[in-house]
Amino acid sequence: MSELPEGATPACLDVGLYQPGPIPLAANFHCEPGELLALVGPSGSGKTTLLRAIAGLYRPAGGWVRCAGESWFDAGQGLSLAPQRRRVGLVFQDYALFPHLSALRNIMVPLDHLPTARRREQALAWLSRVRLEGLADRYPAELSGGQRQRVALARALARQPRVLLLDEPFSAVDQVTRRRLQRELALLREQISIPIVLVTHDLDEACALADRICVLHAGCSLQQSSPDTLFRRPASPEVARLLDRHNVFTGVVVEQGGERYLQWGRYHLEVEQGLECLPLGQRVDWYLPHSDVVLHRRHRPSQGERENPVTARVVELVVLGGITSVSLAVDHSDAILRFEIATHAARRNGLARGETVQVSLLASGIHLMPGAAALDAHTTPEREPT
Amino acid sequence: MDWTALSVSLKLAVATCLLLVPFGLWLGRLLARGGFRGKPFCEALVALPLVMPPTVLGFYLMLSFGADAPVGAVWQRLTGGGLTFTFSGILLASLVANLPFAVQPIQRAFETIPANLREAAWCSGLSPWQTFRRIELPLVWPGVVSALALTFAHTLGEFGVILMVGGAIDGETRTLAIAIYDRVQAFDEQGAAIMSAMLLLVSFLTIGVVYGLAGHRRWRHV
Repeated sequence: MSELPEGATPACLDVGLYQPGPIPLAANFHCEPGELLALVGPSGSGKTTLLRAIAGLYRPAGGWVRCAGESWFDAGQGLSLAPQRRRVGLVFQDYALFPHLSALRNIMVPLDHLPTARRREQALAWLSRVRLEGLADRYPAELSGGQRQRVALARALARQPRVLLLDEPFSAVDQVTRRRLQRELALLREQISIPIVLVTHDLDEACALADRICVLHAGCSLQQSSPDTLFRRPASPEVARLLDRHNVFTGVVVEQGGERYLQWGRYHLEVEQGLECLPLGQRVDWYLPHSDVVLHRRHRPSQGERENPVTARVVELVVLGGITSVSLAVDHSDAILRFEIATHAARRNGLARGETVQVSLLASGIHLMPGAAALDAHTTPEREPT
Repeated sequence: MDWTALSVSLKLAVATCLLLVPFGLWLGRLLARGGFRGKPFCEALVALPLVMPPTVLGFYLMLSFGADAPVGAVWQRLTGGGLTFTFSGILLASLVANLPFAVQPIQRAFETIPANLREAAWCSGLSPWQTFRRIELPLVWPGVVSALALTFAHTLGEFGVILMVGGAIDGETRTLAIAIYDRVQAFDEQGAAIMSAMLLLVSFLTIGVVYGLAGHRRWRHV
């Protein structure tokens, strides 16, 4: 069994699960009490398997699960507590409410240890906390999707769990209900101080709700960071791709006049941080968020235009309501540079397919990902953005 | 009206239901959850009495119930008695002949339970036995009721298998269905008609009551 990760408290959920197959796993993460950790990744990335392993519904070949100072699973010691002994609150994707029991009786199931009168009282209190007073006697089939989700949440919390696990809990409801439930979950978080692990493939949902996001691919945890860090500083081109980020390119570290630059085709780009610790001549993958591509206004030059100016040709304009997505081709490679701009600004600047424009790539936004490019040193010179 | 034959029929039907339905719960659940190699073979074996002519099934059972045959010999060793031409013999034959009627409705009912309901019960702290008793059993109850009704009605009407294994010993193996046949053979059509009407009434009432009890539920699968 490993030591707790740096900065983790004994009350946290600490998970490290490994196996070569049949479902490959190589995931390691922790979640502090009161923290919401989102596990994101494409379908088949092992998100639900990890959640099931935490709950004791799946037993991987190797690893550990520790929570609130207790060891629930330790492959090395042959320890694996049954789900009944793990004190886990699990909200299933389709809620898994017992169809033959009323809402109240569903919530009473995990309160078996209490006398009947107390069980009823507690279950009613939970119904009230999830704002379902008056629906105690309804059966799951008589409830709406949102109401079912709340009953499932109340049932999961009624057990006073040490960890709350949410398996895509908002995927089975419509957009309006989803937003309302997300808001309620955010409010509920203020009342419970246990680790919460949310599995989702919805990046917007993860960003809105999570304190930290763990990106998974093929059962492997690639990066854990706050949403802001993750989207501005993905650990690798693969993470950027999984997060649907574009603008991933490859450059070379060069020196000119005693200053270090990132050579990208004929451009020598200034980079605010990261270049100084890389050897000259090293190929490096780099990423630039959409927000850090600044369009130069025509006929109105400004000071900011001196920062990494790049000339490119508009190859695609996609208007999505008030926002227009602009794709630019640069002449030195097949790479496509993308950014977004307010639709009215795009019109005012006369952006059109085939037009040549100038943009600045903000030095503070350029994020270097040296690990991946070093491995790829002998592959194609330019990485296609995905 | 042959009340003794009616009593043997009812005794046989009740005993078959009491013994077969709990077994059907075990086997139906096992087959529904699957995951073992011999499942198709096992399912075929359960369904076999449905497609075999009753006389053929009865013939094989009769052979295997003989004192020299394996089943008959084991029974002889355990109880000291024989199986052919005894109530125990027709009960055992009835258990085999009714296997598909008891197992299949229960298996289908278990198949409608999503696996995550069991998991939700475990995560709520219920033991596997509590999960079966409080979650699975109420959910498969309509299937259990169907199994009860089908087994009961089919046993009451079973003729070929019972005749082959038990013959027609009054008060022991002569069921109402066999008594009706005997009446017809003896040209007593009125007696056969009364007993047939009785069999029809008992079967109809039993199935009606059983289905009536099963039909009263407010919940449905989500």
